[in-house]
Amino acid sequence: MFEVSALNGAVADGPTRVEEAGLQGMVTLKGDLGSAKMKAALKAVGPGLPDRRQIVEKGDRAVAWMARDEVLILCPHAEANAVVTELEAALAGEHFLAVNVSDARAMLRVTGPGAREALAKLAPVDLHPESFRAGEMRRTRLAQVPAAIWLSETDEISVIAFRSVAKYVFDILALSADDSGRVGYFG
Amino acid sequence: MLILECPNCGVMADETELSAGGEAHLKRFGPGSSDEEFEGYLFHRANPKGVHFERWRHANGCGKWFHAARCTNTLEVFATYTAQTSTVPDTVIAAIKAKRPDWSHET
Repeated sequence: MFEVSALNGAVADGPTRVEEAGLQGMVTLKGDLGSAKMKAALKAVGPGLPDRRQIVEKGDRAVAWMARDEVLILCPHAEANAVVTELEAALAGEHFLAVNVSDARAMLRVTGPGAREALAKLAPVDLHPESFRAGEMRRTRLAQVPAAIWLSETDEISVIAFRSVAKYVFDILALSADDSGRVGYFG
Repeated sequence: MLILECPNCGVMADETELSAGGEAHLKRFGPGSSDEEFEGYLFHRANPKGVHFERWRHANGCGKWFHAARCTNTLEVFATYTAQTSTVPDTVIAAIKAKRPDWSHET
């Protein structure tokens, strides 16, 4: 496993701050999300199976719904391999796939009053506070690349993108979050 | 701008989040078929002005395929439905007929 994250903790400071969140453990799990074994396995490694398009957090772990046969488990970077081992044991006999993808991805965080607006400039998603609320995992695109975004709390949006485009995502987020380009649409 | 509701994840997906997969419900002709059938399967596509059935993939989203029934003329979307079907569901045909009484489904 890598010991350095994609952008080594790069920061674009300002009223709305963009930072690379550093090493983040991520495990992709594909399989039949409706099966009892799957639900039990997800309870064992984290907060359990989320509803469609939701992300549920519990302590330093979270489970996000990615597609009708796929979830993403977030955990501390050092524990990702252990989560895979645990899932493989719990799901033995099922048709499934569990892979540690921590080092194939990058995680970024946008915080501050212009966070929604910075993302709204890049993604074809209704990010109005009444439409996009905390707890929704939204897979979409940011400018030209796929990404997944969710709102942790007010004014804090987390972004997951492929590691190979981490620099691109960081740069477009930093440009969109720049205070001189603030529109103030969301108040 | 075309906006389709992905039946897999429920997102109202903008066209730029999707990738088009061409005409839906084609019958595949492979080994053992006649040259005419194989040619038709490979190259001949309906290009109607009006109601059309298409395959779409929520590429920048949940990544899943689905079907859409829409009007190529007005971009009106009648329904989106599962990819796990080889025929147009009756509910979709009913939804189209409710808006286009003169339209009939050719099979």
